[in-house]
Amino acid sequence: MSRLRAARRHWVPVAMLTPSILLIAIFVYGFIGWSLRVSTSEWQGLRPDYTWAGLDNFVQLLSDRRFHIDMRNTLVFTTFFVTGAVAVGMLLAILLDRHVRGEGIFRSIFLFPLAVSLIVTGVAWRWLMNPGSGQRQTGLNLLFDIFGLDALQSAWHTTDPPWGIAFVALPAVWQMSGFTMALFLGGLRAIPEELKEAARVDGASELQVYRRVILPLLRPALLSALIILGHLSLKVFDLIVALSGKDIRLDVPAIYMWTTTFDANNFNRGAAIGIYLLLSVAILVVPYLVWSLRRETEL
Amino acid sequence: MTVPLTPPVTVASRRVLPVGRPRRLRAGGVVRFLVLAAFAVFFLLPVWVMLITGLKPFADVSLARMWELPAGFYLENFQAALAALGPNLANSMLLAVPAAAISSLLGSMNGYILSKWRFRGSDLIFTAFLFGMFIPYQSVLIPLVQFMNTINPAGGIPGLILVHVVYGIPITTLIFRNYYATVPGEVVESARIDGAGFFGIYRHIALPLSLPGFAVVLIWQFTNIWNEFLFAIVLTRPDSWPVTVALNNLAGSQIVEWNVQMAGALLAALPTLVVYIVLGRFFLRGLMAGALKG
Repeated sequence: MSRLRAARRHWVPVAMLTPSILLIAIFVYGFIGWSLRVSTSEWQGLRPDYTWAGLDNFVQLLSDRRFHIDMRNTLVFTTFFVTGAVAVGMLLAILLDRHVRGEGIFRSIFLFPLAVSLIVTGVAWRWLMNPGSGQRQTGLNLLFDIFGLDALQSAWHTTDPPWGIAFVALPAVWQMSGFTMALFLGGLRAIPEELKEAARVDGASELQVYRRVILPLLRPALLSALIILGHLSLKVFDLIVALSGKDIRLDVPAIYMWTTTFDANNFNRGAAIGIYLLLSVAILVVPYLVWSLRRETEL
Repeated sequence: MTVPLTPPVTVASRRVLPVGRPRRLRAGGVVRFLVLAAFAVFFLLPVWVMLITGLKPFADVSLARMWELPAGFYLENFQAALAALGPNLANSMLLAVPAAAISSLLGSMNGYILSKWRFRGSDLIFTAFLFGMFIPYQSVLIPLVQFMNTINPAGGIPGLILVHVVYGIPITTLIFRNYYATVPGEVVESARIDGAGFFGIYRHIALPLSLPGFAVVLIWQFTNIWNEFLFAIVLTRPDSWPVTVALNNLAGSQIVEWNVQMAGALLAALPTLVVYIVLGRFFLRGLMAGALKG
């Protein structure tokens, strides 16, 4: 092969990849850098002001009451959402793995919420989780009343802080447990039948087969689920906006960022919240990316 | 690094019955079925509510009668919702279709290069792309709005298409890279020996083989862009609002009746639901790609 052709072989792919490299460099890394610059500036108001303010905005947020509420809400929401979606997904996967009649239909039903916008989910669940009681009761509260389950009636997401946000996890679990189900079902189906059979032959009960053989093998799927759900949970935004508007009791960092930036023009504080969000996601995702790629090279 | 990050996931049922054991757990089977059925009711509940509420005239939507069936097919709510959201549904379509198409082409080229024409540093570039998939968009939102206001001051659909194409690069590249990784290196090598170049191999080998990959990426991007809210609300004006923004506004207003809101929510969900029902298995593969490995 001539040197010209050898050079061309490397030159063309790089050239064809360049537009994407530039776009990602600008829109992801460049903009993160620009956000960092805004977050360390004095910019409040419609006119950009890049006067250096050091880490003032980051420090102020740490003693900001609203940001405290946001962090607590994120913690409560994440706990309930991730636990709920993993538990429901795992249960559904285990039930479906045993070749139930109508498996295909069940799978489709559990997965369809993933195709629905969080805004639609929020609007529908706002109606279902209507907190009214007595004469004004409706939604799930009314349904509970009809079935004589009044004890289950609830103020839902309007419950006093910090537990109101826990109820937001309900529609979120509704939306995402199909995803965990599919992940776990994929994991379960990849386990060779011989392995389970061998354990049974050795006298293991069905429960022991699950605890000692199957669940440990699902660990990679569980890790993926935790990372994906965890980072979605830190970023939660649309669902809460559609469910409750800008109710301060259900405030989260993503909403605080949005309102303080675009309603109150506190661009520097908004940028600082954005950077905090990025850091929290990066702590979760970067090790996972590195681990995924390294594992891939080993295989 | 020839192994794809995600092995093609098949959740399709394996039609192999457990060997050995006689299936004596009849009662267990019934219990399993009932538990699954209960969950199915829970999953369908919101859609059921949207449907029965949307089909009732306003007079019948008293709080206390919410769970009663509608007396008949009363379609005026859907007409009202369509009148309110019609232009926004059109905006969403004008946004999601071109953005998904451009995304797919770009992703397929990137995936082809990053799996079959790797060069020094290309794995690092791929990792740098992937990180873009996970970032909270709040961390780039202020620069993005500033930038878009400069290049696209009118705040129209084309600007939003650009943004979705750019932030779609990571996932579309990932899906196609995994897809092309399953094409044996020998196929590409022998085409090379036969004198085919970069574009020849792409056109005659990669592209024809990756039609299912296109289905996955098109569906994934269409669904996500259709459902997206944050970029839409900060980058468009009322006349170019996609349906998610318009629906959120409709639902936030005290003037619009509940049954019209429900009909509107159903209309907004319909296109992606239809895509899911018709092409669900492609949708699932896109979903699993985001988990990097199944």
